[in-house]
Amino acid sequence: MRSRQWFWASFSLPGLAWLSLFFLVPFYVILAVAMGTVDPIFRFPVPVWNPLEWNTQAFELVLDELGPSQTYGTVFIRTTAYVAAAVALSLAIGYPVAYYIARHGGRWKGLLLLGLVAPFWISYLMRMLAWVNLLQEDGLVNRSLMWLNVLDAPRNWLDGRASTVILGLVYGYIPFLILPLYASLDRIDRNLLEAARDLGASRVQAFRRVTLPLSKAGILAGCVIVALPMFGDYYTPDLLSGSPKTSLIGNQINLYIRGGPQVTLGAALVVVLMVLLLVFMVYYLISTARLARELDR
Amino acid sequence: MTLAYMVWAIVPILVAIRFSFNEGRSRSTAQGWSTRWYWDDPDLSVWNDPSLRQAVYQSLELASLAMLVAVPLGVLLALALTRWRGRGSGPARFVSLFPLVTPEIVMGTALFLTFVHLFHFVELGTPAQVIGHVTFSISFVVIIVRSRLLSIGPEFEEAAMDLGASPRQALRMVLLPLLAPAIFASFMIVFAISIDDFVISAFLSSDARTETVPIKIYSNARGAPTPALNAVASVMLVVALLAITLAVVVVRLVQRGRGERARTVEDFAQLNV
Repeated sequence: MRSRQWFWASFSLPGLAWLSLFFLVPFYVILAVAMGTVDPIFRFPVPVWNPLEWNTQAFELVLDELGPSQTYGTVFIRTTAYVAAAVALSLAIGYPVAYYIARHGGRWKGLLLLGLVAPFWISYLMRMLAWVNLLQEDGLVNRSLMWLNVLDAPRNWLDGRASTVILGLVYGYIPFLILPLYASLDRIDRNLLEAARDLGASRVQAFRRVTLPLSKAGILAGCVIVALPMFGDYYTPDLLSGSPKTSLIGNQINLYIRGGPQVTLGAALVVVLMVLLLVFMVYYLISTARLARELDR
Repeated sequence: MTLAYMVWAIVPILVAIRFSFNEGRSRSTAQGWSTRWYWDDPDLSVWNDPSLRQAVYQSLELASLAMLVAVPLGVLLALALTRWRGRGSGPARFVSLFPLVTPEIVMGTALFLTFVHLFHFVELGTPAQVIGHVTFSISFVVIIVRSRLLSIGPEFEEAAMDLGASPRQALRMVLLPLLAPAIFASFMIVFAISIDDFVISAFLSSDARTETVPIKIYSNARGAPTPALNAVASVMLVVALLAITLAVVVVRLVQRGRGERARTVEDFAQLNV
C-alpha cells in the first residue's frame, strides 16, 4: 500500500516542479526586487536575494503614501470602491439570472446555459472593444439615445467616467459570477423547498429561508472569484476611459513595472496588493476544498 | 429578465462582428457588406496587414504550445492529487490551484521580473509567453481532470487489478481511456483560454512580433482603427468557439457511446467534463 501511494505521488512531480519554478519562485523574485536596490547610474532595479540584506526603502515609500488622500491611498480606495460597486451590480443582475435558469430552466436549460457560457469564450478584450465601438461619439449608444430623445447631443462616454469603467467591469466579469452561482443554486435539493412549501411557507418565505441561506456559500465564492481579477484589472480603465481620474491599482503597477526607474516601487505595490487580497484568495481555496470534500462523499 | 441579460451580453459582440463586415471604414455606421477587412483590402485587411497576420499567428502558436505542455503536466498532477492521500497532498493541492486565484497582473509581474533578473536563459517573447500560459493553464486542467476522476471512482482500476493487472497496466488500459474525453476537453479549453489571454502575454512580450491579438486590440481600440480590428477579433472568436464546440461534440459522442446521460452543456458550465 505504501508503494502505491508513492506511485501516485510521483505523478505530481513534473507539475509541481513546473509550478515551483514558474509560480512559487517568481513570488520570491517580486519580494527580492521590492526589497532590492536601484542601480544609481542606469536606474534599473537590482534584486537582493538574501533576506538578511533586504532594503525596505521601497516599502516605506509606499506605506508613506498609503493614507486616504495620498497617492497610493486614493488609488487603493478608488479600486476598492469600483470593485465593490461592480461586484454588487454583478450580483444584482447575476443572481436573478442564475436563479431563473437553475430553478425554472426546464426544457430550455441547455440552451440558456449555452448563452451563459458563451461570453466565457469570447475574449475579454473583444468584449471591451465591442463597448468602445458602441460608446464612441458616433456610436450606437449615442445614436439610439438621441433617437429616443433621451439625449440632445452625443455625449462622450469614454472620457474618464467612473460609471463607464464600473459598467465595463460588470460586463466583463459577470460570467465568472453567474456560473458558480448557477452551480450552487442548481445543487439545492428541490425536496427541501417542497418540504418548506408543505409546511406552509409562501414562495417568498421559502426563498428567503431555504434558497437564500443555502446559496450563501455560492454567493460568497462567486463574489470573491470576480473581485480578485477586478483588483488586478488595468485594461478596462485604459480602454474605456483615457483619463488618470479612473486609474486603478493595476494601472499604477503596470506603469511602474513596464520599464522606467520605478520597478522597485511597482514590485512593492504588488506585494501590498497581494497581502490585501490574501484573505480572499485563501478563503476561496478553502471553501472550494470543503465543497469538493462534501461532493466526494 | 434572463432574456434581457442574454441580449445585453451577446448583442454588443454581434454588432462588433457586423461592423467587421463593413464596406467603409466606420466601426459605428453601417456601410454595406464586404469582406474587405478580412482579406480583400491589399494593405489593411487581416490577411494582408503583416502586423495583424503576425498577431493571429502568434496567438495560435502560443495556444498550441501551451496546450501541448499544460495538459500532460495537468493530467499527471490531477491523477496524483486525487489518488495520493499522504501528508504532502494538501499543500500540493493548494499550490496547484493557487494560480487560479492570483490576479493576472501579479503573475505577469512575477514572471516578467523572474525572466529578466533570474532565469536569464528564458528570453522574453515566445518562450516566456508559453511558460506563462502553461503556468496558469495547469490549474484548469487539474480541475477538469480531477472532477472527472472523482466521478469515475476507483472501481474500474480495482476490478482490473483483481483480474491481475499491475497498477501501471490498470492505469494505461482502464483509466486513461475513461479519461480520454476529459483530456481532449482540457486540450481545447487550454487552447481557447490561451487565445484570449491578455495580461500575461503583454507582460512577457518582447517586440511587435510577439504581440498577440488581444494585445493588438488593446493598443489600437482607442485610436482610429479600421474594422480590421473587429475582423481580427472575430477571427479569434471563431477559432476559440470552434475549439470549444469540438470539445463539447466529442465529449457528447463519447458519453452517448458509453450510454452515460448527456448533460454535456451543464457539465461544461461547471467545468465538470
